[in-house]
Amino acid sequence: MLAYLIRRFGQAFLVMAVMAAIVFFGLYAVGNPVDLLINPEADLAEQEETIRRLGLDKPVHVQFGYFLGGLTQGDLGTSFVHNRPALELILSRLPATLELAFLGILLAVILGIPLGMIAGLKPDAPYSKVIMTGSVIGFSTPNFWQGLMLIMLFAVFLGWLPAGGRGETVDLFGIPVSFLTWDGLGHLILPAINVAIFKMSLVIRLTRAGASEVALQDYVKYARARGLSPARVLGVHILKNIMIPVVTVLGLETGNVIAFAVVTETVFAWPGIGKLLIDSIGLLDRPVVVAYLMLTVFLFVMINLVVDIAYSILDPRVRVKRGKS
Amino acid sequence: MSDPVLSVRNLVTQFETRAGIVTAVDDVSFDVGPGEVLGLVGESGSGKTITGFSILGLIDKPGRIAGGQIVLNGQDLRQLSPPDLHKLRGDRVAMIFQDPMMTLNPVLRIDTQMIETIRAHRDVSKARAREMAIEALGLVGIPSPAERVRTYPHEMSGGMRQRVVIAIALMLEPDLIIADEPTTALDVTIQSQILSEMQKLLAERQTALIWVTHDLTVVAGLAHRVAVMYAGKIVEQGPVDALLDHPAHPYTQGLIASIPSSVPRGQRLVPIKGMTPSLINLPKGCAFAPRCPKTSDQCLSARPEQENLGSARTLRCFHPSEVSS
Amino acid sequence: MLATDTPFRRFVTDFLRSPGALVGGIGLLTIALLAIFAGLVAPQNPYDLAQIDVLDGSLEPGTEGYAGFKYWLGTDEQGRDMLSAMIYGLRVSLSVSFIAVSAAVAVGMVLGLLAAWRGGWVETLIMRIVDIQLSFPALLVALLLLAALGKGIDKVIIALVLVQWAYFARTVRAAALVEIKKDYVMAARSAALPQSRILFGHVLPNVMPPVMVIATVQIANAIAIEASLSFLGVGVPITQPSLGLLIANGFDYLLSGRYWISFYPGVALLATLVCINIVGDQVRDILNPRLQR
Repeated sequence: MLAYLIRRFGQAFLVMAVMAAIVFFGLYAVGNPVDLLINPEADLAEQEETIRRLGLDKPVHVQFGYFLGGLTQGDLGTSFVHNRPALELILSRLPATLELAFLGILLAVILGIPLGMIAGLKPDAPYSKVIMTGSVIGFSTPNFWQGLMLIMLFAVFLGWLPAGGRGETVDLFGIPVSFLTWDGLGHLILPAINVAIFKMSLVIRLTRAGASEVALQDYVKYARARGLSPARVLGVHILKNIMIPVVTVLGLETGNVIAFAVVTETVFAWPGIGKLLIDSIGLLDRPVVVAYLMLTVFLFVMINLVVDIAYSILDPRVRVKRGKS
Repeated sequence: MSDPVLSVRNLVTQFETRAGIVTAVDDVSFDVGPGEVLGLVGESGSGKTITGFSILGLIDKPGRIAGGQIVLNGQDLRQLSPPDLHKLRGDRVAMIFQDPMMTLNPVLRIDTQMIETIRAHRDVSKARAREMAIEALGLVGIPSPAERVRTYPHEMSGGMRQRVVIAIALMLEPDLIIADEPTTALDVTIQSQILSEMQKLLAERQTALIWVTHDLTVVAGLAHRVAVMYAGKIVEQGPVDALLDHPAHPYTQGLIASIPSSVPRGQRLVPIKGMTPSLINLPKGCAFAPRCPKTSDQCLSARPEQENLGSARTLRCFHPSEVSS
Repeated sequence: MLATDTPFRRFVTDFLRSPGALVGGIGLLTIALLAIFAGLVAPQNPYDLAQIDVLDGSLEPGTEGYAGFKYWLGTDEQGRDMLSAMIYGLRVSLSVSFIAVSAAVAVGMVLGLLAAWRGGWVETLIMRIVDIQLSFPALLVALLLLAALGKGIDKVIIALVLVQWAYFARTVRAAALVEIKKDYVMAARSAALPQSRILFGHVLPNVMPPVMVIATVQIANAIAIEASLSFLGVGVPITQPSLGLLIANGFDYLLSGRYWISFYPGVALLATLVCINIVGDQVRDILNPRLQR
């Protein structure tokens, strides 16, 4: 297990390094980094000062060294617009995105797994057909339009919930969160549903496929033959086998959720990193875009790592195979 | 003779398929007494496994038990409510499945699966259930059971796994065990080991056993009585020696003639010509008629009824061989 | 009878057997025809300033305009007929994704075949890039590409190709590897037949079915990604709005209750995607060898 972990961390580090190189040389390929990294509104003296400070007058490979050096110290440049270190800016917006993403995934799992199991175990029942049709529509509809429709229905026509913003927050361990105040929760519900619908369709599909397959296995019939209650057969014997693919895919999808939060946050004016990214792109605030990119890559690599480890905990067969290799 | 543990009368089990109703078990009747071993013999598709599942009430849609009685210790199982049936399965009637690789849930440890079975039927503490599980594993000849109980199924060999399944079946001292080809998937040496151990344990406890198999040689060494099934019906039934020495039904004769050790060295084996019939389009007359050497017009137009031959033998055939009694 | 039983004919008859697929297919055909003949079908040319009247701005669906023109689905704030705008928007959405997916198929096929045929470091390099690319969400990659490239229909197409080629490369390589290992290709290779003939004559036809399946799904994905990008303001320019941009434009008016400006384009988008997905599912079922009877 330890050897496996070390190897896995090594791979993760390698991907980070490669991505850093791609981002850096990508900036070169796309255009002059002077244009990209320096505030165009600065005056000439200031520009030259920055060029020297950032080392943009040095050869490419030396600059790459600076870039990597900055990276290891968490220095990803300074936002032109906010005049704050880009990384600090993004990290201050991250809790809002994570709160949204996790609530969305939670909703998707809590609702998606039971619905998927119903559809998988009783495939011919009318309600199963309703569930599956709903999941196809949820899968097909673009995320942002779902968001608009939620706003139209619950905020404009019914007037039950606010259309955007984060609402009142309280600090939890020094991090502002919305879900602990009624106002904040009200603001959180619609965006979270927006995130959840798409993932829920995925969870339903996965669970249904798993349930209809697992239900036919001998060990399920054997569990029944041993006189176990239907609840135990369903909740332990079937569910635990379905959870393996669901957890794997959901884990990998966590990255997607954070990425798609760009859309949801834009629709609901939710002040997370996605909204920040779109605003920064609009304002040509490149250091923030670069910092966002590096942070996302980092999150993705970390998520992949965690999923792999979770997978080997859930499925004892994988554990053995890896332990041996 | 004492009252039978299990008495099956005119059991009919049907499956609704797109091509029509398939009668997989057709008018099957037999008794099993305490400590008695009944060999239920037939080719695949003859309905022997479905008979076993019917007794436990494990027939799933589109199948259903269409008629007959299943009386266990004087109680008709078909009249029981589902919760009462749960209580009975694994406790009074245990089942051993064919493939030990497929029967144990791959993601649950052996102890989890044993303890859950005990606690589904006995009001004991987890610690006590664990002791019982370890004890049962020791009984079936698993070395260092206290350690093996903590492993996952895939960490054991096929023979070990089948011992675990047998231990689970014996653990709660049931009145009846239904074993569906439990040794077919194992090596010959392990097969005979397990057979003799089981025989010993069952005799000690006076447990009744239904041994479902396609292998007459296994039955010859193990069973007290034999019932031969063909296309859903029991075509011949009787005490093992009488039936094997003087088979009356042409199908039984064919089965015996196709066993390698039944004919003198050098003489040709005689396979039964033709194929197992599809249950969807059974002939109007005797189902065996197309393959039978003695077929007459009567066989093609009518189905033979079950007759009593005396000395506990029954038969369904218009042209039986003489049975010396 | 036998002579008429070509694979294509069998494909068509299999397809027609499922009522759901039939509805999806007819829907998709209608949508495609609407898009192609947008100029003839649309009641108004929404980008001809002579035809629109600001006085008719923000009319509700079904109202009659100043000049007696009936707006079935209402108008936007500049007095454009929404129905016409949608038909034109459909054309932009469909053509952008169709061109992008075709190009992605071409790129992915060449690289996938190359990887399978050459093996060695070429294969390792191509497949590594594919793996890394596919582990990041397409929308995000496209978004960042466009942030660097700038706006424009051509830029959107480039971004879509760059995020989609990897799916095809992976599929083509897998299918081609199976085919290349078959005896006849081995024989052809050892007989030193021209490589191009083996690849295009033998291997390529066999990788087409899975490519078709992925392509239908990817067209729907491309439409959805393009719509999302346009909604986020980095997609097509305002002068050639796609369905996504129409929805985005209507977003501002949604809060004041003028729902139709973004509602109906959204319905059109949804209908298009559902039709493509239904057809795609059916194509997959027919072409999937595992399900073949």
